[in-house]
Amino acid sequence: MASKNYYDPADLRKFGNITEWSKELGEKFFEYYNSVFQEGALTAREKSLIALAVAHTEMCPYCIDAYSKDGLQRGITKEEMMEAVHVGAAIKSGASLVHGVQMMNKINKLEM
Amino acid sequence: MLKEKKPTLQSLHKRESNLAKGKAQLEYLSNGIFANGELPTFAQKIKESDDFPLRPNSLEILQINLGYMCNQVCAHCHVDAGPDRKEIMTIETMEQCLEVIKNTSAHTLDLTGGAPEMNPNFRWFVEEASKAGIKDFIVRSNLTIIRANKKNYDLPEFFKQHNVHVVSSMPHWTRGKTDKQRGSGVFDQSIKALQELNAVGYGMPESNLKLDLVYNPSGAFLPGDQKSMEQDFKKALLEDFGIHFHELFAITNLPISRFLDYLIASDNYEDYMYQLVEAYNQAAVKNVMCRNTLSVSWDGFLYDCDFNQMLELKVASKTQHISEYNESLLQNRNIIISQHCYGCTAGAGSSCQGAVTN
Repeated sequence: MASKNYYDPADLRKFGNITEWSKELGEKFFEYYNSVFQEGALTAREKSLIALAVAHTEMCPYCIDAYSKDGLQRGITKEEMMEAVHVGAAIKSGASLVHGVQMMNKINKLEM
Repeated sequence: MLKEKKPTLQSLHKRESNLAKGKAQLEYLSNGIFANGELPTFAQKIKESDDFPLRPNSLEILQINLGYMCNQVCAHCHVDAGPDRKEIMTIETMEQCLEVIKNTSAHTLDLTGGAPEMNPNFRWFVEEASKAGIKDFIVRSNLTIIRANKKNYDLPEFFKQHNVHVVSSMPHWTRGKTDKQRGSGVFDQSIKALQELNAVGYGMPESNLKLDLVYNPSGAFLPGDQKSMEQDFKKALLEDFGIHFHELFAITNLPISRFLDYLIASDNYEDYMYQLVEAYNQAAVKNVMCRNTLSVSWDGFLYDCDFNQMLELKVASKTQHISEYNESLLQNRNIIISQHCYGCTAGAGSSCQGAVTN
Protein backbone atom coordinates (compact mmCIF):
# COMPACT_ATOMS: atom_id res chain seq x y z
CA MET A 1 0.00 0.00 0.00
CA ALA A 2 1.27 3.45 -0.83
CA SER A 3 2.42 5.56 2.08
CA LYS A 4 0.76 8.90 2.79
CA ASN A 5 4.20 10.41 3.33
CA TYR A 6 6.72 11.19 0.63
CA TYR A 7 9.51 9.79 2.81
CA ASP A 8 9.22 6.66 4.96
CA PRO A 9 12.34 5.50 6.90
CA ALA A 10 11.34 1.88 6.23
CA ASP A 11 11.77 2.53 2.47
CA LEU A 12 15.54 2.70 2.89
CA ARG A 13 15.55 -1.04 3.65
CA LYS A 14 13.77 -1.58 0.31
CA PHE A 15 16.37 0.29 -1.75
CA GLY A 16 17.61 -2.99 -3.22
CA ASN A 17 14.14 -3.63 -4.63
CA ILE A 18 14.78 -1.15 -7.48
CA THR A 19 16.47 -4.06 -9.29
CA GLU A 20 13.08 -5.78 -9.56
CA TRP A 21 11.90 -3.44 -12.31
CA SER A 22 15.22 -3.07 -14.06
CA LYS A 23 17.52 -5.90 -13.07
CA GLU A 24 20.56 -5.13 -15.22
CA LEU A 25 20.72 -1.40 -14.55
CA GLY A 26 19.92 -1.82 -10.86
CA GLU A 27 22.61 -4.42 -10.37
CA LYS A 28 25.14 -2.35 -12.31
CA PHE A 29 24.36 0.62 -10.07
CA PHE A 30 24.82 -1.36 -6.83
CA GLU A 31 28.02 -2.93 -8.08
CA TYR A 32 29.36 0.53 -8.95
CA TYR A 33 28.13 1.95 -5.64
CA ASN A 34 29.82 -0.79 -3.61
CA SER A 35 33.07 -0.40 -5.56
CA VAL A 36 33.12 3.35 -4.96
CA PHE A 37 33.08 2.89 -1.18
CA GLN A 38 35.95 0.38 -1.05
CA GLU A 39 39.31 1.50 0.34
CA GLY A 40 41.25 3.17 -2.48
CA ALA A 41 43.35 6.30 -2.79
CA LEU A 42 40.89 7.58 -0.16
CA THR A 43 40.13 5.58 2.97
CA ALA A 44 36.64 4.20 3.53
CA ARG A 45 36.46 6.57 6.51
CA GLU A 46 37.15 9.62 4.33
CA LYS A 47 34.59 8.45 1.80
CA SER A 48 32.00 8.07 4.54
CA LEU A 49 32.50 11.72 5.56
CA ILE A 50 32.25 12.91 1.93
CA ALA A 51 29.04 10.89 1.55
CA LEU A 52 27.64 12.47 4.70
CA ALA A 53 28.41 15.99 3.46
CA VAL A 54 26.85 15.31 0.05
CA ALA A 55 23.84 13.67 1.73
CA HIS A 56 23.19 17.04 3.37
CA THR A 57 23.70 19.18 0.28
CA GLU A 58 21.39 16.81 -1.61
CA MET A 59 19.02 16.96 1.37
CA CYS A 60 18.47 13.21 1.12
CA PRO A 61 16.96 11.94 4.40
CA TYR A 62 17.73 8.31 3.54
CA CYS A 63 21.39 9.13 2.90
CA ILE A 64 21.63 11.20 6.09
CA ASP A 65 20.27 8.27 8.15
CA ALA A 66 22.58 5.82 6.40
CA TYR A 67 25.80 7.84 6.67
CA SER A 68 25.18 9.09 10.22
CA LYS A 69 25.01 5.44 11.27
CA ASP A 70 27.94 4.52 9.02
CA GLY A 71 30.04 7.22 10.69
CA LEU A 72 29.18 5.96 14.18
CA GLN A 73 30.09 2.42 13.16
CA ARG A 74 33.47 3.62 11.96
CA GLY A 75 34.11 5.48 15.24
CA ILE A 76 33.93 8.87 13.51
CA THR A 77 33.18 11.52 16.13
CA LYS A 78 30.22 13.89 16.14
CA GLU A 79 32.62 16.82 15.78
CA GLU A 80 34.15 15.31 12.63
CA MET A 81 30.72 14.62 11.18
CA MET A 82 29.44 18.15 11.89
CA GLU A 83 32.57 19.66 10.32
CA ALA A 84 31.93 17.57 7.20
CA VAL A 85 28.36 18.90 7.08
CA HIS A 86 29.73 22.46 7.31
CA VAL A 87 32.07 21.76 4.39
CA GLY A 88 29.01 20.74 2.34
CA ALA A 89 27.04 23.75 3.56
CA ALA A 90 29.93 26.13 2.79
CA ILE A 91 30.20 24.88 -0.78
CA LYS A 92 26.43 25.02 -1.17
CA SER A 93 26.21 28.62 0.11
CA GLY A 94 29.37 29.56 -1.78
CA ALA A 95 27.80 28.19 -4.93
CA SER A 96 24.84 30.51 -4.39
CA LEU A 97 26.90 33.52 -3.48
CA VAL A 98 29.40 33.20 -6.32
CA HIS A 99 26.41 33.81 -8.64
CA GLY A 100 26.33 37.23 -7.05
CA VAL A 101 29.21 38.06 -9.40
CA GLN A 102 26.97 37.21 -12.35
CA MET A 103 24.33 39.53 -10.89
CA MET A 104 26.92 42.28 -10.49
CA ASN A 105 28.18 41.74 -14.06
CA LYS A 106 24.65 41.95 -15.43
CA ILE A 107 23.73 45.04 -13.45
CA ASN A 108 27.00 46.76 -14.32
CA LYS A 109 26.34 46.04 -17.98
CA LEU A 110 22.75 47.29 -17.86
CA GLU A 111 23.26 50.39 -15.79
CA MET A 112 24.48 53.58 -17.31
CA MET B 1 22.78 27.48 43.47
CA LEU B 2 22.48 23.82 44.24
CA LYS B 3 23.73 21.58 41.51
CA GLU B 4 21.08 19.16 40.30
CA LYS B 5 22.23 15.61 40.97
CA LYS B 6 22.22 13.35 37.94
CA PRO B 7 20.11 10.24 38.64
CA THR B 8 22.22 7.10 38.95
CA LEU B 9 21.24 4.28 36.62
CA GLN B 10 19.90 1.26 38.46
CA SER B 11 19.82 -2.34 37.31
CA LEU B 12 16.62 -3.70 35.78
CA HIS B 13 16.42 -6.01 38.80
CA LYS B 14 16.47 -3.10 41.21
CA ARG B 15 13.87 -1.28 39.15
CA GLU B 16 11.78 -4.48 39.16
CA SER B 17 11.47 -4.16 35.40
CA ASN B 18 9.68 -6.94 33.57
CA LEU B 19 12.73 -7.19 31.30
CA ALA B 20 14.85 -8.28 34.27
CA LYS B 21 13.45 -11.75 33.64
CA GLY B 22 14.91 -13.90 30.88
CA LYS B 23 11.51 -15.27 29.95
CA ALA B 24 10.07 -11.79 29.30
CA GLN B 25 13.05 -10.91 27.10
CA LEU B 26 12.72 -14.12 25.11
CA GLU B 27 9.02 -13.49 24.58
CA TYR B 28 9.77 -10.00 23.29
CA LEU B 29 12.40 -11.38 20.92
CA SER B 30 9.98 -13.97 19.54
CA ASN B 31 7.00 -11.66 19.00
CA GLY B 32 6.48 -8.72 16.63
CA ILE B 33 8.62 -8.74 13.49
CA PHE B 34 9.71 -12.34 14.08
CA ALA B 35 6.18 -13.66 14.75
CA ASN B 36 4.54 -11.90 11.79
CA GLY B 37 7.10 -13.21 9.31
CA GLU B 38 8.72 -9.84 8.49
CA LEU B 39 12.08 -11.30 9.58
CA PRO B 40 13.15 -14.96 9.75
CA THR B 41 13.78 -16.39 13.20
CA PHE B 42 17.38 -17.42 13.89
CA ALA B 43 16.38 -21.08 13.68
CA GLN B 44 14.82 -20.53 10.24
CA LYS B 45 17.94 -18.67 9.10
CA ILE B 46 20.44 -21.34 10.09
CA LYS B 47 18.22 -24.09 8.67
CA GLU B 48 18.90 -22.54 5.23
CA SER B 49 22.53 -23.68 5.53
CA ASP B 50 21.87 -26.94 7.43
CA ASP B 51 23.39 -25.53 10.61
CA PHE B 52 20.33 -26.44 12.68
CA PRO B 53 20.50 -27.75 15.34
CA LEU B 54 23.62 -25.87 16.35
CA ARG B 55 26.13 -28.28 17.86
CA PRO B 56 29.36 -27.74 19.82
CA ASN B 57 32.82 -28.25 18.36
CA SER B 58 35.63 -29.16 20.76
CA LEU B 59 35.65 -27.20 24.02
CA GLU B 60 38.27 -24.46 24.11
CA ILE B 61 37.04 -21.84 26.58
CA LEU B 62 35.61 -22.22 30.05
CA GLN B 63 34.05 -18.90 31.06
CA ILE B 64 33.20 -18.46 34.73
CA ASN B 65 31.04 -15.63 36.04
CA LEU B 66 32.13 -14.78 39.60
CA GLY B 67 29.09 -12.61 40.30
CA TYR B 68 26.87 -9.84 39.00
CA MET B 69 28.10 -7.20 41.45
CA CYS B 70 29.89 -4.31 39.75
CA ASN B 71 31.09 -0.83 40.69
CA GLN B 72 29.75 0.47 37.36
CA VAL B 73 26.25 0.56 35.86
CA CYS B 74 26.86 0.59 32.11
CA ALA B 75 23.87 1.52 29.98
CA HIS B 76 24.35 -1.42 27.60
CA CYS B 77 25.22 -4.13 30.16
CA HIS B 78 23.86 -7.54 29.13
CA VAL B 79 24.51 -8.87 32.64
CA ASP B 80 22.37 -6.14 34.24
CA ALA B 81 25.28 -5.78 36.67
CA GLY B 82 25.72 -3.05 39.25
CA PRO B 83 26.39 -2.26 42.90
CA ASP B 84 22.85 -3.37 43.76
CA ARG B 85 23.38 -6.93 42.49
CA LYS B 86 24.29 -9.29 45.32
CA GLU B 87 24.73 -12.55 43.39
CA ILE B 88 28.30 -13.66 44.14
CA MET B 89 29.95 -17.07 43.63
CA THR B 90 30.57 -18.83 46.95
CA ILE B 91 33.84 -20.51 47.88
CA GLU B 92 32.08 -23.92 47.66
CA THR B 93 31.12 -23.30 44.02
CA MET B 94 34.64 -22.00 43.35
CA GLU B 95 36.04 -25.27 44.70
CA GLN B 96 33.76 -27.20 42.34
CA CYS B 97 35.00 -25.01 39.47
CA LEU B 98 38.63 -25.69 40.43
CA GLU B 99 38.04 -29.45 40.17
CA VAL B 100 36.77 -28.91 36.63
CA ILE B 101 39.60 -26.52 35.72
CA LYS B 102 42.16 -29.17 36.70
CA ASN B 103 40.64 -31.73 34.34
CA THR B 104 39.12 -29.77 31.45
CA SER B 105 40.38 -30.00 27.88
CA ALA B 106 39.73 -26.25 27.48
CA HIS B 107 42.90 -24.21 26.87
CA THR B 108 41.38 -20.90 28.00
CA LEU B 109 39.91 -19.92 31.36
CA ASP B 110 37.92 -16.70 31.22
CA LEU B 111 36.80 -15.00 34.46
CA THR B 112 34.05 -12.45 34.15
CA GLY B 113 31.29 -10.69 36.12
CA GLY B 114 30.11 -7.96 37.05
CA ALA B 115 33.48 -6.95 38.27
CA PRO B 116 35.06 -10.32 39.13
CA GLU B 117 37.50 -8.53 41.46
CA MET B 118 34.56 -7.63 43.74
CA ASN B 119 34.12 -11.26 44.74
CA PRO B 120 35.80 -11.43 48.20
CA ASN B 121 37.51 -14.70 47.24
CA PHE B 122 38.69 -13.48 43.84
CA ARG B 123 42.42 -13.47 44.65
CA TRP B 124 42.33 -16.88 46.27
CA PHE B 125 40.51 -18.28 43.25
CA VAL B 126 42.99 -16.75 40.78
CA GLU B 127 45.92 -18.15 42.81
CA GLU B 128 44.40 -21.63 42.87
CA ALA B 129 43.23 -21.60 39.25
CA SER B 130 46.61 -20.42 37.96
CA LYS B 131 48.20 -23.55 39.49
CA ALA B 132 46.24 -25.68 37.00
CA GLY B 133 48.53 -24.30 34.27
CA ILE B 134 45.82 -23.36 31.79
CA LYS B 135 47.41 -21.88 28.67
CA ASP B 136 45.43 -18.63 28.50
CA PHE B 137 44.02 -17.26 31.77
CA ILE B 138 41.77 -14.24 31.13
CA VAL B 139 40.34 -11.82 33.67
CA ARG B 140 37.78 -9.36 32.30
CA SER B 141 38.52 -6.23 34.27
CA ASN B 142 36.44 -3.07 33.89
CA LEU B 143 39.61 -1.00 34.70
CA THR B 144 37.92 1.42 37.13
CA ILE B 145 37.86 -1.33 39.79
CA ILE B 146 41.65 -1.00 39.95
CA ARG B 147 41.19 2.65 40.99
CA ALA B 148 37.98 2.22 43.03
CA ASN B 149 39.62 1.26 46.31
CA LYS B 150 43.15 1.45 47.75
CA LYS B 151 43.15 -2.30 48.35
CA ASN B 152 42.88 -2.79 44.58
CA TYR B 153 45.82 -0.55 43.65
CA ASP B 154 48.15 -3.57 43.48
CA LEU B 155 45.90 -5.51 41.07
CA PRO B 156 48.19 -4.88 38.06
CA GLU B 157 51.07 -6.44 40.04
CA PHE B 158 48.81 -9.30 41.20
CA PHE B 159 47.72 -10.00 37.61
CA LYS B 160 51.36 -10.00 36.56
CA GLN B 161 52.38 -12.48 39.26
CA HIS B 162 49.82 -14.96 37.98
CA ASN B 163 50.41 -14.26 34.30
CA VAL B 164 46.80 -13.22 33.85
CA HIS B 165 45.68 -12.02 30.44
CA VAL B 166 43.75 -8.77 31.06
CA VAL B 167 40.79 -7.93 28.81
CA SER B 168 39.15 -4.57 29.48
CA SER B 169 36.26 -2.56 28.10
CA MET B 170 36.90 0.77 26.43
CA PRO B 171 34.04 1.97 24.23
CA HIS B 172 35.88 4.93 22.76
CA TRP B 173 39.07 6.94 22.96
CA THR B 174 37.11 10.07 23.79
CA ARG B 175 35.84 10.97 27.26
CA GLY B 176 32.31 11.93 26.14
CA LYS B 177 31.45 8.66 24.42
CA THR B 178 32.99 6.51 27.14
CA ASP B 179 31.28 8.29 30.03
CA LYS B 180 27.92 8.30 28.28
CA GLN B 181 27.97 4.52 28.04
CA ARG B 182 29.81 3.58 31.22
CA GLY B 183 29.12 6.42 33.64
CA SER B 184 30.52 9.80 34.58
CA GLY B 185 34.25 9.79 35.37
CA VAL B 186 34.83 6.28 33.98
CA PHE B 187 37.05 7.51 31.15
CA ASP B 188 39.59 9.29 33.36
CA GLN B 189 39.79 6.38 35.81
CA SER B 190 40.11 3.87 32.94
CA ILE B 191 42.97 5.88 31.42
CA LYS B 192 44.79 5.91 34.79
CA ALA B 193 44.25 2.16 35.20
CA LEU B 194 45.59 1.49 31.69
CA GLN B 195 48.68 3.59 32.45
CA GLU B 196 49.22 1.57 35.63
CA LEU B 197 48.88 -1.70 33.72
CA ASN B 198 51.39 -0.39 31.17
CA ALA B 199 53.75 0.57 34.01
CA VAL B 200 54.09 -3.07 35.12
CA GLY B 201 54.52 -4.21 31.51
CA TYR B 202 50.97 -5.00 30.41
CA GLY B 203 50.17 -4.22 26.78
CA MET B 204 53.66 -3.03 25.92
CA PRO B 205 55.00 -3.95 22.48
CA GLU B 206 56.88 -7.28 22.70
CA SER B 207 55.54 -7.89 26.24
CA ASN B 208 54.11 -11.30 27.09
CA LEU B 209 51.73 -9.66 29.55
CA LYS B 210 48.64 -9.49 27.35
CA LEU B 211 46.36 -6.48 27.58
CA ASP B 212 43.46 -6.40 25.12
CA LEU B 213 40.61 -3.93 24.91
CA VAL B 214 36.95 -4.55 24.15
CA TYR B 215 34.99 -2.09 22.06
CA ASN B 216 31.18 -2.08 22.20
CA PRO B 217 29.26 0.45 20.11
CA SER B 218 27.71 3.08 22.36
CA GLY B 219 24.27 2.96 20.74
CA ALA B 220 21.98 1.20 18.28
CA PHE B 221 24.57 0.49 15.60
CA LEU B 222 26.99 -2.31 14.78
CA PRO B 223 30.75 -2.22 15.31
CA GLY B 224 32.92 -1.24 12.37
CA ASP B 225 35.86 -3.21 11.03
CA GLN B 226 37.86 -4.54 13.99
CA LYS B 227 41.30 -3.91 12.47
CA SER B 228 40.51 -0.31 11.46
CA MET B 229 39.04 0.41 14.89
CA GLU B 230 42.15 -1.07 16.50
CA GLN B 231 44.38 1.26 14.47
CA ASP B 232 42.28 4.29 15.45
CA PHE B 233 42.30 3.31 19.15
CA LYS B 234 46.05 2.65 19.15
CA LYS B 235 46.86 5.96 17.50
CA ALA B 236 44.57 8.04 19.74
CA LEU B 237 45.45 6.35 23.05
CA LEU B 238 49.17 6.55 22.32
CA GLU B 239 49.15 10.17 21.13
CA ASP B 240 46.83 11.48 23.85
CA PHE B 241 47.84 9.39 26.86
CA GLY B 242 50.96 7.36 25.97
CA ILE B 243 48.96 4.12 26.36
CA HIS B 244 49.84 0.82 24.68
CA PHE B 245 47.67 -2.26 24.31
CA HIS B 246 47.76 -5.40 22.17
CA GLU B 247 44.49 -6.22 20.42
CA LEU B 248 41.07 -4.63 20.17
CA PHE B 249 38.03 -6.92 20.22
CA ALA B 250 35.00 -5.36 18.52
CA ILE B 251 31.89 -6.84 20.10
CA THR B 252 28.31 -6.41 18.90
CA ASN B 253 25.76 -5.49 21.57
CA LEU B 254 23.23 -8.30 21.83
CA PRO B 255 19.58 -7.31 22.15
CA ILE B 256 19.08 -8.56 25.69
CA SER B 257 18.83 -7.10 29.19
CA ARG B 258 19.69 -3.40 29.58
CA PHE B 259 20.59 -3.01 25.91
CA LEU B 260 17.20 -4.47 24.90
CA ASP B 261 15.54 -2.11 27.38
CA TYR B 262 17.41 0.80 25.76
CA LEU B 263 16.49 -0.33 22.22
CA ILE B 264 12.81 -0.49 23.10
CA ALA B 265 12.76 2.78 25.07
CA SER B 266 14.57 4.67 22.28
CA ASP B 267 12.38 3.17 19.53
CA ASN B 268 15.41 1.55 17.90
CA TYR B 269 14.48 -2.09 18.46
CA GLU B 270 13.06 -2.94 15.02
CA ASP B 271 15.75 -1.08 13.09
CA TYR B 272 18.45 -2.78 15.15
CA MET B 273 16.99 -6.24 14.56
CA TYR B 274 16.80 -5.47 10.82
CA GLN B 275 20.46 -4.43 10.90
CA LEU B 276 21.45 -7.67 12.62
CA VAL B 277 19.46 -9.86 10.24
CA GLU B 278 20.65 -7.97 7.15
CA ALA B 279 24.27 -8.31 8.31
CA TYR B 280 23.85 -12.08 8.92
CA ASN B 281 27.03 -13.86 7.85
CA GLN B 282 26.79 -17.59 7.41
CA ALA B 283 30.58 -17.95 7.76
CA ALA B 284 30.31 -16.60 11.32
CA VAL B 285 27.94 -19.43 12.29
CA LYS B 286 30.82 -21.90 11.86
CA ASN B 287 32.88 -20.11 14.53
CA VAL B 288 30.23 -18.73 16.83
CA MET B 289 31.52 -18.86 20.43
CA CYS B 290 28.86 -21.18 21.89
CA ARG B 291 30.47 -23.92 19.78
CA ASN B 292 33.76 -23.78 21.71
CA THR B 293 32.74 -22.23 25.06
CA LEU B 294 30.88 -23.20 28.20
CA SER B 295 29.60 -20.54 30.56
CA VAL B 296 29.31 -21.10 34.32
CA SER B 297 27.09 -18.82 36.40
CA TRP B 298 27.82 -17.51 39.92
CA ASP B 299 25.64 -20.31 41.33
CA GLY B 300 27.38 -23.01 39.30
CA PHE B 301 24.88 -23.66 36.51
CA LEU B 302 26.05 -24.30 32.97
CA TYR B 303 25.07 -22.37 29.84
CA ASP B 304 25.98 -22.32 26.14
CA CYS B 305 27.22 -18.74 26.50
CA ASP B 306 27.14 -15.71 28.79
CA PHE B 307 24.07 -14.36 26.96
CA ASN B 308 22.07 -17.56 27.47
CA GLN B 309 23.09 -17.37 31.13
CA MET B 310 21.46 -13.97 31.42
CA LEU B 311 18.37 -15.27 29.63
CA GLU B 312 18.26 -18.15 32.15
CA LEU B 313 18.58 -20.77 29.39
CA LYS B 314 20.54 -23.63 30.98
CA VAL B 315 22.33 -26.12 28.70
CA ALA B 316 20.13 -28.77 27.13
CA SER B 317 21.93 -31.63 28.84
CA LYS B 318 21.39 -34.08 31.68
CA THR B 319 24.30 -32.38 33.42
CA GLN B 320 23.45 -28.75 34.14
CA HIS B 321 25.61 -27.93 37.15
CA ILE B 322 29.37 -27.63 37.69
CA SER B 323 29.12 -30.15 40.57
CA GLU B 324 28.08 -32.85 38.08
CA TYR B 325 30.26 -31.64 35.20
CA ASN B 326 30.73 -34.21 32.47
CA GLU B 327 32.55 -32.84 29.46
CA SER B 328 31.78 -35.64 27.02
CA LEU B 329 28.10 -35.56 27.93
CA LEU B 330 28.02 -31.78 27.57
CA GLN B 331 29.69 -31.94 24.17
CA ASN B 332 26.80 -34.07 22.98
CA ARG B 333 24.12 -31.39 23.31
CA ASN B 334 22.14 -29.07 21.08
CA ILE B 335 22.86 -25.38 21.64
CA ILE B 336 19.83 -23.32 22.64
CA ILE B 337 19.16 -20.44 20.27
CA SER B 338 16.82 -17.49 19.90
CA GLN B 339 16.77 -14.20 18.00
CA HIS B 340 19.50 -12.67 20.19
CA CYS B 341 21.92 -15.07 18.45
CA TYR B 342 21.83 -12.81 15.37
CA GLY B 343 24.14 -10.53 17.39
CA CYS B 344 26.93 -13.12 17.16
CA THR B 345 26.55 -13.72 13.40
CA ALA B 346 26.34 -10.13 12.12
CA GLY B 347 29.11 -8.84 9.86
CA ALA B 348 32.46 -10.32 10.85
CA GLY B 349 30.70 -12.12 13.72
CA SER B 350 31.07 -11.36 17.40
CA SER B 351 32.26 -13.24 20.46
CA CYS B 352 33.94 -12.48 23.78
CA GLN B 353 37.18 -12.71 21.73
CA GLY B 354 35.89 -10.23 19.14
CA ALA B 355 35.26 -10.93 15.45
CA VAL B 356 35.08 -14.60 14.44
CA THR B 357 35.85 -14.26 10.72
CA ASN B 358 38.60 -12.43 8.87
